Amino acid sequence: MKIGILAVQGAFIEHEKMLSTLGVSHFEIRQPKDISTSFDGLILPGGESTVMGKLLHELNLFLPLKEAILNDVPVFGTCAGLILLSQTLTNSTTTHFGTLPVSTKRNAYGRQLGSFQTTQHFERIGQVPMTFIRAPYIEEVSDGVDILATVDHHIVAVQYKKQLATAFHPELTSNTSVHEYFLSMI
Amino acid sequence: MSNNRYNLNKELAQMLKGGVIMDVTTPEQAKIAEAAGACAVMALERIPADIRAAGGVSRMSDPKMIKGIQEAVSIPVMAKVRIGHIAEAQILEAIQIDYIDESEVLSPADDIYHIDKTQFKVPFVCGAKDLGEALRRINEGASMIRTKGEPGTGDIVQAVRHMRLINSEIRRLQSLRQDELFNAAKELQVPYDLVLYVHENGKLPVVNFAAGGVATPADAALMMQLGAEGVFVGSGIFKSGDPAKRAAAIVQAVTNYNDPELLAKLSEDLGEAMVGINEDEIQLLMAERGK
Repeated sequence: MKIGILAVQGAFIEHEKMLSTLGVSHFEIRQPKDISTSFDGLILPGGESTVMGKLLHELNLFLPLKEAILNDVPVFGTCAGLILLSQTLTNSTTTHFGTLPVSTKRNAYGRQLGSFQTTQHFERIGQVPMTFIRAPYIEEVSDGVDILATVDHHIVAVQYKKQLATAFHPELTSNTSVHEYFLSMI
Repeated sequence: MSNNRYNLNKELAQMLKGGVIMDVTTPEQAKIAEAAGACAVMALERIPADIRAAGGVSRMSDPKMIKGIQEAVSIPVMAKVRIGHIAEAQILEAIQIDYIDESEVLSPADDIYHIDKTQFKVPFVCGAKDLGEALRRINEGASMIRTKGEPGTGDIVQAVRHMRLINSEIRRLQSLRQDELFNAAKELQVPYDLVLYVHENGKLPVVNFAAGGVATPADAALMMQLGAEGVFVGSGIFKSGDPAKRAAAIVQAVTNYNDPELLAKLSEDLGEAMVGINEDEIQLLMAERGK
């Protein structure tokens, strides 16, 4: 099994460490030549979604990655990765891949003083530590989207077919359970 | 500041990695920076090149101007306070700034003490020329470090010197025997536990960006190759001929800093770079402020 991690900006090294801990091979995606061979899963990390969205287009990665997601290559987006996947962004006019039928609010908890850490229930896993950094949350989901976690009545983790997305950063903790769950989808 | 809050603040810096933080003076410039791919903006009334040219005492920016920039963009907004100026930092915390830069670019308010950053909820980034400075700032509560470089010059030589020095001192600590670390802590004038962390992990406990003198995509790529985790660009963008194009090129250069062919393309047709001042022509060495 080989997982590609989008590495144009943000906290991609944290995902690499997580996969290394789990003994899964991985590689960084910075240019189209990086995805010239096939891969079994894709991770969209945390960072700034505006930066990643722009670089995806400028580096000609947008179309091949969108095609991979539409062809059911399993994808896991955290924080900015959730924003890249969301079909609608309620407080922004731009969208990115738009393959996940949910509507998401960017910076939903406000500025950095609104960032927080909590431990909550995650469906199919159990208690999971969750770190929210200037995080979004999901306001609405379409039929067929499974809600996997909520915090204070806001949706923070969903799955739709082979797409998994969280508003928080499992890669910033030492708990590997969400990554293991993603790997089980492959 | 609880340990949890400190971790959250270090983690915000982790999200900025591989990105470019740009100095802006107006909401319009902030929008240009965001559209060009900045991962955060530094709101200030005058960019370092103009501070240097104007002389006089340079202070925290007008909170109203900073709020205008906060409203203009969705990315994190940083702003500078004078070294040791506790009240300026409290003011920026009150307007919910995402990151405070306790910066040598402004005139120092205190020539002995830095701010006790552990007393704040908002995160701080501080400059450092060497490992001792970096670890002292971290001990005071900084959750991100940047090289000091020499701001407002367009000359990369000092940022290179600081980044190389910090990283070679880290490598030296790694090579020491465990029982030699106590003396290393004494020499560096920093707590033992931070020395032990660097010895065991081979890196600072927080993210380390390059700052000061970055003017071209090649400068940004150079700093990334020397081990920077991201880049601050101050005067280099809005003192150049085509700020939007140069900003976008520097953003791409930071992502693909190891691809010379792409860097060659990115470096084409960027218009005039900022004029710049050489190190030996500088009257005022800002990097010498606050050690």
